Order: sequence, then C-alpha cells, then structure tokens
Amino acid sequence: MPAMTMIEAIRDAHAIAMERDDTVVVFGEDVGYFGGVFRCTHGLQERFGSHRCFDTPISEAGIVGVAVGMAAYGLRPCVEIQFADYVYPAYDQIVSEAARLRHRSAGDFTAPLTIRMPTGGGIFGGQTHSQSPEALFTHVAGLKTVVVSNPYDAKGLLLAAIEDDDPVIFLEPKRVYNGPFDGHHDRPIVPWSQHPLGEVPEGHYTIPLGQARVHRGGDDVTVLTYGTLVHVAQAAAEESGIDAEIIDLRTLVPLDVDTIVASVRRTGRCLVVHEATLTSGFGAELSATVQERAFHHLEAPVTRVCGWDTPYPHAHEWSYFPGPDRVARAMREVMSA
Amino acid sequence: MDNPIGPALQLRIPEPARGHRPADPVPYISAAGEMRKPDLDEKVERIALMRKQLVRVLDDDGRAVGPWSPELDADHLRQGLRDMMTVRSFDARLLRAHRQGKISFYMQCLGEEAIACAQRRALRSDDMHFPTYRQQGLLIAGGYPIVTMMNQVLSNEHDPLKGRQLPVMYSSKEHGFFSISGNLATQYVQAVGWAMASALRGDTKIASAWIGEGASAESDFHAALVFASTYQAPVILNIVNNQWAISTPEDFARGASATFADRGYGFSIPALRVDGNDYLAVYAASQWAAERARANLGPTLLEWVTLRVGAHSTSDDPSVYRPDDEADRFPLGDPIDRLRRHLTVIGAWDDERQAALQTEVDALIADAFAEADSHGSVKSGHTSSPSTMFDDVYATLPRHLVEQRERMEG
Repeated sequence: MPAMTMIEAIRDAHAIAMERDDTVVVFGEDVGYFGGVFRCTHGLQERFGSHRCFDTPISEAGIVGVAVGMAAYGLRPCVEIQFADYVYPAYDQIVSEAARLRHRSAGDFTAPLTIRMPTGGGIFGGQTHSQSPEALFTHVAGLKTVVVSNPYDAKGLLLAAIEDDDPVIFLEPKRVYNGPFDGHHDRPIVPWSQHPLGEVPEGHYTIPLGQARVHRGGDDVTVLTYGTLVHVAQAAAEESGIDAEIIDLRTLVPLDVDTIVASVRRTGRCLVVHEATLTSGFGAELSATVQERAFHHLEAPVTRVCGWDTPYPHAHEWSYFPGPDRVARAMREVMSA
Repeated sequence: MDNPIGPALQLRIPEPARGHRPADPVPYISAAGEMRKPDLDEKVERIALMRKQLVRVLDDDGRAVGPWSPELDADHLRQGLRDMMTVRSFDARLLRAHRQGKISFYMQCLGEEAIACAQRRALRSDDMHFPTYRQQGLLIAGGYPIVTMMNQVLSNEHDPLKGRQLPVMYSSKEHGFFSISGNLATQYVQAVGWAMASALRGDTKIASAWIGEGASAESDFHAALVFASTYQAPVILNIVNNQWAISTPEDFARGASATFADRGYGFSIPALRVDGNDYLAVYAASQWAAERARANLGPTLLEWVTLRVGAHSTSDDPSVYRPDDEADRFPLGDPIDRLRRHLTVIGAWDDERQAALQTEVDALIADAFAEADSHGSVKSGHTSSPSTMFDDVYATLPRHLVEQRERMEG
C-alpha cells in the first residue's frame, strides 16, 4: 500500500470519484489550473478537462449557489471553500438552500453536493485562516458534517461524501494535511509516511458516514475528539500515562452514539476535546449525549478541553490551541474526580 | 460656519412618494414599436445604449407595432388571455379563502400576470424556472393542475409538499418550476448553476432566473451575474420591477443607476427594459433571450417594468405607504385589458366572448377550489401526518430522527 499525505489521499479520492461518475464536477477558487492552494485538486483539470474541474470567481455564495443549482440539475458537485473561515458568505446557500431543498420540495429536488474546506489552526493563520466552524453546520438539520484526521479516512470518507445523496460538509484540518501533528509545535514534523494511517489503499473504498473509529483502546477514560486533536489526545495519553480510549468521531452528524456510549459505560469517565471555541461548540452536544445515555456509569463530570472563547490569535496561537499539556491536565483531573 | 477643509459630508436618503403625494412618474417610457430589435449577437455596448428605453409592442390603440412584434396567431393570443385571466381568478379566489379563514397566508400577482404567463409560453416545457413567490403564472400557463396548487396553499392532506412550506411556495420539477425558497435571491445564482450544468452536459435546456427589483440588492444577485458572465451560462436573468419591495420603493435597490437594466452592462450581459404589462413584448423579449441562450450567446438580463397593484402579501397594508391612485396613474395599464383590446382590434375577440371566457375561467377556479377545499386545510386540521416532518430531511432517516419521531409520537 502506498503512503500518502492527506492531500494526496484527497486528490486520489477526487480522481476516483470523477473516473467512476461523470456527473462529479469539482470547482472553487484556484482549484482548476493551479490545483488548489493546498494542492488537493492538483492534476484534476489536466486529467479530466476544464468541464469537470475549473476555477471560479472569488465568491463563496456563488460557488455554493451554483453547486446547488447543478445538483438540482443532476450533477454531483464537490466544491472547495479555500478556508473554512471564508465560508460565511455561502452560509445562506448552505443552511437555507442545500440543507433544506429535499425537505421543502418533499423530495422533488435534492442537493447531493460536497463542500470541502480546510479548517483549524496551527499554521500561524491568524483569525481568518484558523477557525473550526463545525458547530455552525452540525446545528443545521439536513446537513451531514465530517471532520477527517488522517489520509486513510480522508480518502474513504470523501468518496462516501461525494456518493452520498445529501449535502455533506467536509472539514479537513489543515495542520494534519502533511503529518499527524500531535500539538508539539516545537518538535520536527512527522510525515504521514511514518504513520500507519498514512497507508492508503489504491482504488475505490468508502468509510460509511456515521461511524466513529477507536483510535486508541484504553480503560481509564473515554476521549471524544476529531480532526487534529485525535493526535494531540494520543500524545497526551502517552505522556500522562493515562490509559485513555480515544474515539475519533469522524462524522459529527450523523453521530455514532453507540460507539460513544459503549466506551463511556465501560470507562466511566469522559473527556471531550476539540479545537473550536468552547461555548455552544460540538462538545456541548457530546457532553449532553453522554450524560443522557450513560449518566449512571459516570464517575466524574464530563469535561471539555476546547479552544478559548476568543478569536483565534496570531501571535498567541499556542496559548489558544488545546495542546497535549492542556489535554493531559484535563485527563488527570477527570481521573482524580 | 464654513469648514476650511471642505463641506460637511452628506448622505442622500431617497424620499419617495408616500401616501400623501402622487407616485413618482415611471421614467423612460418609449412609444410602442419605437425600439429596434438587436441581432442576437449584437455587441453589448450597443445594447447598453438601449437601457433607458422600453421594449413595447402594443400601442394605446391595441395594435401590435414594430420589430418586436412576435407575430403570434390568434389562438396563441387567446390562450395568453386565458392564462392571465385564470391566474387573476385564481388569486382572487385564494384571497377570498384567506378572508374566509381557510388559509394562513397568500400572495397575489395582480397586474403582473403577463410576465410569467408569456415567458412560460415563450420557453420550452423542459427549461427550468427558478421563480420567486409571484410567478404562479408559470405553473398555470404550464398546465400544472390548479387543484394541486390549491392543495399546497391550503396545506391539506393532498398538499404535495406535505405542509412543509408556506402557501404559494410551490415546487414542480416536472413542470420546470424550481422549489421556491422564501429567502430572497438565493434562487438567482442557483439558476445560473443549473444552466451551467446543462451546458457542461451538452444538453439543450436553459434556465430562467427570477427576482424582484428589491431583492436585486442582495449579494446573491451580483454573484449570479458574475458567474453568468464568466461562464456565459445559458440563462435568462429576469428582474421583475413592480416598483415596490413591501413598503420600499424601487429606487432603494436601484440606487443612483437609471434603470435595473443598467446592472447588466457592468458584467457585459446584454440587458433590456421591457414593458411587463404588454403580453406581446414579454413574449418577444423572452423568446429573444431564450434564442440567445440556445445559440450559446450567453445570458440576457431582462428588466420587466410593471406594477404590484395589490399588497405585498395578506400580511401587508399598503394604504399606509403608497398613493391610492397609483394603479390608475401607472402608464403601462393592465396586461389583461391590453391584450383583450388587441384581440378585439384584430377582430379575434368581442365582449360576448370575453364574458363567456370570464364565466368559464371563474367556474374552473370555483370547481377547483371546491375540490381542494373538500380535502380540508391547515385551519381545519386536515393536514398530512405530523410524523412526515421527519421524512426528507435526509435521503434515509438517520437514527437521531428515528428517536425524535418516536418521542413525538409518544
């Protein structure tokens, strides 16, 4: 099996989807000729032609709006928003249109489109290139929301998202595009070629939306997380010596409640970790879900480690980012409660 | 006191006619037949010179004059009259149903009937319209079952949208009528996307985008024009200028531009201003724009000058903000009267036939409403099962919605 970066895995998924289904079209800002600012669509225009992969004007509302129209026609657009921080002009098209089209037309029109966007911080992107807006999408009925953490999952989940008949928000933490970043920003970058999840099978495969993955088995505490923080949580577990069970949720909506509840009932403790701001973040949904379904198994309060409720700061990035020390400290608190 | 650096800065806040003085006159009214008809591939710079003119075919005497006359035969014209009268009767019946307390809300298109009816007849049945809430004429002229429309408005057990949408927010893929959102302007850029998809697939179908002049201030309108221009999408971009956005006159969205047709030139999109109360002009201009799209000559913007004669909706009281005599003073008259007059002038119509058609149309609407009303309404509690609200949120029902449905059903 070839080792791939997450960028290569995403590129491969695009190519396979476009090869298998000629209704799949790919577009966005700098996506066509240049192949995307993160290179995720590199080579697609050359291979499939500019009718299948093309550049757009800088207009997120336009990108998603035309994608909704194309999907209503019968295509399967997979569009890129250059940074998740730029998605807000398209929010009305996502929330009021793509998410509700099937319902409001009673199935007469549908919007099977995938909206990809790099998310999260850790690249000194400041407040406009670092946000994690997943909760703005998980709150919307009709959307599915995916956050990937590694090349193997990224390929299988992106293929599943493109093939899905509902609109899917596909979040790609940019800090793990090139390696499994564990939050130690002062250490050398580990490439995906040195990580088992960088092994990506050739050809077509999918990972069903709505299935979590147990990233690390453990007995002490269940850590519910996704994206970059999966790797941070793993580092925290190893460094603290706490035998944490780390669950990579992969899909936030629909949520794999069974995997979550089974783990918490076994460990009796739960820590929720995400990079997005704390208040009304997806962690609140996870905390509520756990206490509703595993309350009598809990030996400690469900605890959240998240980004602070501030804009993402440029110079103070590593004070904002919930790194392995903060996560390990929270693990110890949950264990001693 | 004079400021040595310069005058104090000022804003111009439009002060339109309100109830206390007559409406501002509609500017740039050309005589019928005066405006030339450009070639389909005419340079946009030359078409831009026509932005302060108005495409008109029917003159004050009811004759069809000039190069824009679409040369429709009498059967076509009578069909057009029938379509418009059906729409007007449909609206009148449903407004009455609202007063009777049978429906929760309604929006009529009184005075604007020609635009949707004629464009529907000028385009093909497999083209896709992305309408607003005032294009019921597209469905009626397209032969969509009137009882089904009424079932939707009543939100009854036979409502094809299962009570999920406000009255008048119809949807019919089969009849080329995209689901109405209710949020403004979103459909405009979607229409461009649909047209792009049709062209990407080498299809022959075109899209038609609809928006009110007020909603053209939304950013989605401008995104639509950028994409339509960049990719030369086969789309008709309609702006229905009915002079009012609820209580706000058209100049708030138009700004300092002379006309809404001006919007096209900045995007190199040929744009025409058309008499929206002239069935023949609407037909001809729609046909011209459709031919341009089908010939891969790109998008066309059409500003339809008309008047919203009625209230914005049943929730609105225009007496507070608009002159009483505005419809009487409106220089473009009434679309039904004008087409009827034309038919009479060419010897294809008379008062007797008019009376007979009115009776026939009113009976058709009365019968349709009686049938729809027999299925009940949201007011009488005869709706689809509440548990159907969980259907179609996703293609397949996810677990959390299964659980919530069970909880609701108790």
